[in-house]
Amino acid sequence: MAKLEYDKNGRLMFTKEMKEEYTILVPMMLPIHFSMLRAIFQYEGYHMEVLETQNSNIIQMGLKYCHNDICYPAQLTIGQLMDALQSGKYDKHKVAVMLSQTGGGCRASNYVSLLRKALQKAGLEYVPVVSINFSGLEDNPGFVITKNMIYKMANAVIYGDLLMCLHNQTMPYEKEPGASQYLVDHFTKMLNQDFSKGESMGPRAIRKKMDEIVSAFAKVPVHKKDKVRVGIVGEIYVKFAPLGNNNLEAFLLKENAEPVVPGLLDFLLYTIDTGIEDYIRYGGKLIKPVITGYLLKLFGGIQKDMIKAIEKAGCFHAPSSFSRTKELAKGVIDYGVKMGEGWLLTAEMMALIDEGVNNIVCTQPFGCLPNHVCGRGMMRRIKTMHPDANIVAIDYDASATRVNQENRLKLMLATARRQHQTV
Amino acid sequence: MYKVGIDVGSTTIKCVVLDETHNIVYKSYRRHRAMIKEKVTELVQMIQNDILQGETASLALTGSASLGLAEYFKIPFVQEVVATQIAVEQYPETVDVVIELGGEDAKILFLTNGVEVRMNGTCAGGTGAFIDQMAVLLDVSVEEMDKLALRAERIYPIASRCGVFAKTDVQPLLNQGASKEDVAASIFHAVVNQTIGGLAQGRELKGKMMFLGGPLTFLKGLQKSFVEVLQLDQNTGIFPENAQYYVAYGAALYAANEQPSDFAALTQQMQIAGELKQYDSELPALFSTQEEYEQFRQRHERAVIPEGKLEGYTGKVTIGIDAGSTTVKLVVVGEQDEILFRKYMLSNGKPVELVRETLQEIYQTNPQLHIIGSAATGYGEELVKNAFSLDDGLVETVAHLTAAQKMMPEVDFIIDIGGQDMKCFKIRNHVIDTIFLNEACSSGCGSFISTFATALGYSVKDFAALGLFAKHPVDLGSRCTVFMNSSVKQAQKEGAEIEDISAGLSISVVKNALYKVIRATTAESLGKHIIVQGGTFLNDAILRAFEQEVGVEVIRPNLAGLMGAYGAALYARALDLEQSQILDAAGLEHFYHETTERVCQLCGNHCKLTVNQFNNNRELIAGNRCERPIKSQDKNFVNITYNAYRYKREQILKRKSEKGKRGRIGLPMGLNLYENYHFWHPILTKLGYEVVRAPFGSRELFLEGQATIPSDTVCYPAKMMHGSVMHLIQKQGINKIFYPCMPYNFDEKISGNHYNCPVVAYYPEVLSANMTALQEVRFMKNYLGPHNEKHFVAKLAEAFQQDHVTRKEAKEAAALGYQQQEAYLKDLKRYGKEAIQYARQHHLPIIVLAGRPYHVDPEINHGIDQLITSYGAVVISEDCLPLASSRFYTKVLNQWTYHARLYNAAHYISQQEDMYLVQMVSFGCGLDAITTDEVRDILEENGKLYTQIKIDEINNLGAVKIRLRSLFAAINQKKRAKG
Repeated sequence: MAKLEYDKNGRLMFTKEMKEEYTILVPMMLPIHFSMLRAIFQYEGYHMEVLETQNSNIIQMGLKYCHNDICYPAQLTIGQLMDALQSGKYDKHKVAVMLSQTGGGCRASNYVSLLRKALQKAGLEYVPVVSINFSGLEDNPGFVITKNMIYKMANAVIYGDLLMCLHNQTMPYEKEPGASQYLVDHFTKMLNQDFSKGESMGPRAIRKKMDEIVSAFAKVPVHKKDKVRVGIVGEIYVKFAPLGNNNLEAFLLKENAEPVVPGLLDFLLYTIDTGIEDYIRYGGKLIKPVITGYLLKLFGGIQKDMIKAIEKAGCFHAPSSFSRTKELAKGVIDYGVKMGEGWLLTAEMMALIDEGVNNIVCTQPFGCLPNHVCGRGMMRRIKTMHPDANIVAIDYDASATRVNQENRLKLMLATARRQHQTV
Repeated sequence: MYKVGIDVGSTTIKCVVLDETHNIVYKSYRRHRAMIKEKVTELVQMIQNDILQGETASLALTGSASLGLAEYFKIPFVQEVVATQIAVEQYPETVDVVIELGGEDAKILFLTNGVEVRMNGTCAGGTGAFIDQMAVLLDVSVEEMDKLALRAERIYPIASRCGVFAKTDVQPLLNQGASKEDVAASIFHAVVNQTIGGLAQGRELKGKMMFLGGPLTFLKGLQKSFVEVLQLDQNTGIFPENAQYYVAYGAALYAANEQPSDFAALTQQMQIAGELKQYDSELPALFSTQEEYEQFRQRHERAVIPEGKLEGYTGKVTIGIDAGSTTVKLVVVGEQDEILFRKYMLSNGKPVELVRETLQEIYQTNPQLHIIGSAATGYGEELVKNAFSLDDGLVETVAHLTAAQKMMPEVDFIIDIGGQDMKCFKIRNHVIDTIFLNEACSSGCGSFISTFATALGYSVKDFAALGLFAKHPVDLGSRCTVFMNSSVKQAQKEGAEIEDISAGLSISVVKNALYKVIRATTAESLGKHIIVQGGTFLNDAILRAFEQEVGVEVIRPNLAGLMGAYGAALYARALDLEQSQILDAAGLEHFYHETTERVCQLCGNHCKLTVNQFNNNRELIAGNRCERPIKSQDKNFVNITYNAYRYKREQILKRKSEKGKRGRIGLPMGLNLYENYHFWHPILTKLGYEVVRAPFGSRELFLEGQATIPSDTVCYPAKMMHGSVMHLIQKQGINKIFYPCMPYNFDEKISGNHYNCPVVAYYPEVLSANMTALQEVRFMKNYLGPHNEKHFVAKLAEAFQQDHVTRKEAKEAAALGYQQQEAYLKDLKRYGKEAIQYARQHHLPIIVLAGRPYHVDPEINHGIDQLITSYGAVVISEDCLPLASSRFYTKVLNQWTYHARLYNAAHYISQQEDMYLVQMVSFGCGLDAITTDEVRDILEENGKLYTQIKIDEINNLGAVKIRLRSLFAAINQKKRAKG
């Protein structure tokens, strides 16, 4: 059995033996994306499980083990992990937990520390916490992310974004219920097999695969696409995770709307892009913007391939590219705003409007600091520039009630329908 | 065909029936007391029988509370704001803005120049329901309250952010003897401010405004407040007839486009549907059987304080009075510590009269009574003590501890939930160790249940009893009471019964205490010997919920509600006096109490003081933020000279700026500028600008910019920036404002990174996007990073390029800035050293009042620094400590400069015998959720006390005083324990 080893500050590390023996638990955010990411780690020899639990004990655990004023995503992700650890399903001595960490100025950078505090409170301090970060905040001998893995992960994110985008545009109109979900499952499985093989795909192979996916979705028999389209932006976790946003997408579908969700890759590109913007503002070593530029070009290129693949089919709305999205924020918010979702959140609202999606739900955890600036803080300016923009800000929280949220969403939808009719 | 619109709000049902030609043939407005399905069924049946008489009609529901019904019975539904919009479009004149206040929702519709609709966020709470709650607090009906408001003479500042805050402001005003007229009008003003601040969010309210909804229809006082604040006249302010029916009217108009409904079938369906049990609750029942309840009751009946008879008692007695926020408790205690007389009264805003009557009752029962001591405690301590010449007063935490130790000497944890506040403390070595008080946001514990009960038409007792055997208590969450209100709404929507709601509320109160205030994770962490007390625990449902939640059998003294008063009486005995100076029967006979008002001139805060006059020329001053107006009349008062907060303000005031070659430039005052003023001021001056500084914060300054705040949950220091900038433009005539964005702070080499928080970093962006006034001036929100001096110079030159600042000028100016900023920080350390020396020479406790640089602002800290010095302690701040530039290992990610200072200070203080850390936390500061836990951990690992003070717009220092006095009591006790 793996020995518990600590670093010089007394932090429990994830060792190479643990990699062999332990299962790493990961809280869920995006089902399609995360299943592929898991496949990548699986290939590298990690045992990883993405938690699919949705029960109400999760938030109870979150409230019990976290400060009640900490953001809702922290309560949910930590709650989900604590719930799993105490479910009896896992050998507590053969399990590790994982959270991501950006190292930015938003308090979300502290989730890893908060998780450790929670474990200690629960008497589980022997469970190692693995921080997945790309800024060298914490490292573990048994957890090393290689360049190849990063490249594959970016590919997985792109595929995830593609499937999510096509699914959202097909599912509300499908003649045969379940047809697009079937395709999502089918392709996720297929891609997982690819990712389990190891060698990463070259751009040409990726383009081919994307074409295959797009044409499969294009063949799904659909009704006339005339529903109100509603964009979803916001804090990354509550934007994407159904657990965080009370199944917002499902609600919108039920209300006869088509959800439009800007993808995850943009967030990653935005995080990378910070390297350049920081250099411009505060100087520093030149190597940073150089690497940043290279990565942006590499991953931005794959995203552009994806957009081309979607446009080629002729029956889908393609999302805006990262560079286009960024361009649209110019004059609205400065690119120096880089904490949390930063300028990207504002830019995504602008991009949605640019794509003709005037109805936007801006999701945010109650009391989210960056959102005061880039969410609520920018709505007035956006409304001035685009008087037709129909934006509703929704707070998510352990005690915010669904009835209040849905009532506000319904108001947004009613306004959307009025506009829809007059067009 | 008829058209029927039914509007189900949080408290009322409104119905309008229109005929063929859209004439109103029927309308009704009534409270539903949470029985929505029954009331709507009745209504539908009545319409079917009495109005339709065979004709067809279409129906539409609206209002948040009818969502469930509409879904379940497939009735057409229209969102209420849309209904309002439809209705207003029928109005003959063009309306620009509609303001609609309902039971719990507040909405603004902008109809011209870009249609926009705003609803209150989840935090802003209700308005109609809030007014109801306030009326209960004033012990008048809403109608009476309205009449009172019309006779008001002055307006008190009452926090407008949310109902709970306002309540915390109102209660002390009443306790201090402010007139009900003035308080009533102040409440209405707060509602108006809430509407402007919380809803308009940066969009100006102008043009013709229409006011709708129940409260704005019925309450003339509220109408008057809106007219006054928004400066409306007869043309611009429209208060239409039938304003309360507009939403229902809109729904009826909406119904016109719907298929006719079959009312007969619907009535039948609704009647047989039974309860709409859809909500799932995983909370266990409080009691599953009657036997279980009986056992529970018998167990608790064993915890008894001995009692005796007052009549004919000849021994020496003491009197304890606990004047709480909503109740007054009074006991007479005999020589064996037995209670001879006890009374528990709702104060209804007149504690003094109640105490007087009760004392008279006591003197009549036993005219020969020998009283050797008397003491008061609680919110109204000062008032009661002065009114009746009691011998002493004590902070309520100490009162409760004294009483609890009588019941159970080994007690190690006490939790007291009163009407308005919650107090818990751990006891280590018989000394108060850690105090938990509810923050301003989660107060309203006991009084919440009572106002809720009243609103639903029950007495508190009946309402609570309803929950005892509820099978599926509703899970209402553990946050502030405003959230509970909407959780209740949600539960109602899902068909929860009143029993389940009652039980759910009890469980919520307990969860609030455990997870929000105490932040307990396990029962063991509380203690082995727990005493629960306070009026709220008299409620068996709450007591049961508490035991269930912590999994320990606790002791509830039979007189749980009287423990404070009992403790005060025991304390009075320990004073060991021969004779109490409490007013005797004759004194009570001639007792009079009068209040007058004046403005304190002792410092810049200019508090509005309420002066209570009693007979024999005794007087009590209230409304003061610090103790100076009281102590200035006291010869023994030592004026502490060391207060780092005052010193910091003086350092800012000292900086002067001459006329410069490049003209005037404005610097707002707030957030990081409180510290970086010493950086920017020399830089700008050196560059040849005359620096014009915005004034320090004040309530008035906040109001100047209030209408441009986009996010009502951002911290108060950030909100103040709007007023600061507005003032520069409008009052100081500035047309160039410098306020740089600073994601990075100076690198003090004490943390992994050196960030500012997102709000401090980017607030200039928010101002720029939301303040139209800034379009008229040059607003410089450049991104500047002081951590890299070389690059900083280049960026500084770039920022001032337009004014032809050269690289060389920028370099010289920057050098001066860096030098002065460093000198400032060094000077603070010198000041700290002096202050510590002074304190040690005079044996005074040293309070390190920690927080952020902007907590120096007198409006942001509400004078807490002065309050502490008035208690006889020296005040310094975390940056005054003699700390080397080093970095401690912290369990949390340490990458924010201001936080790192806190951690370092906590480490240092934990090694100092006579230093205590008091941390100020601004409400809404998300990052402090992390720092407070870490700072507490660091201190408590070293056996030090940790005190946290949450501050916001709230103007009342009651809770702060309890905390500080408890801290000082604990310091003294510890001192004594050590000998």
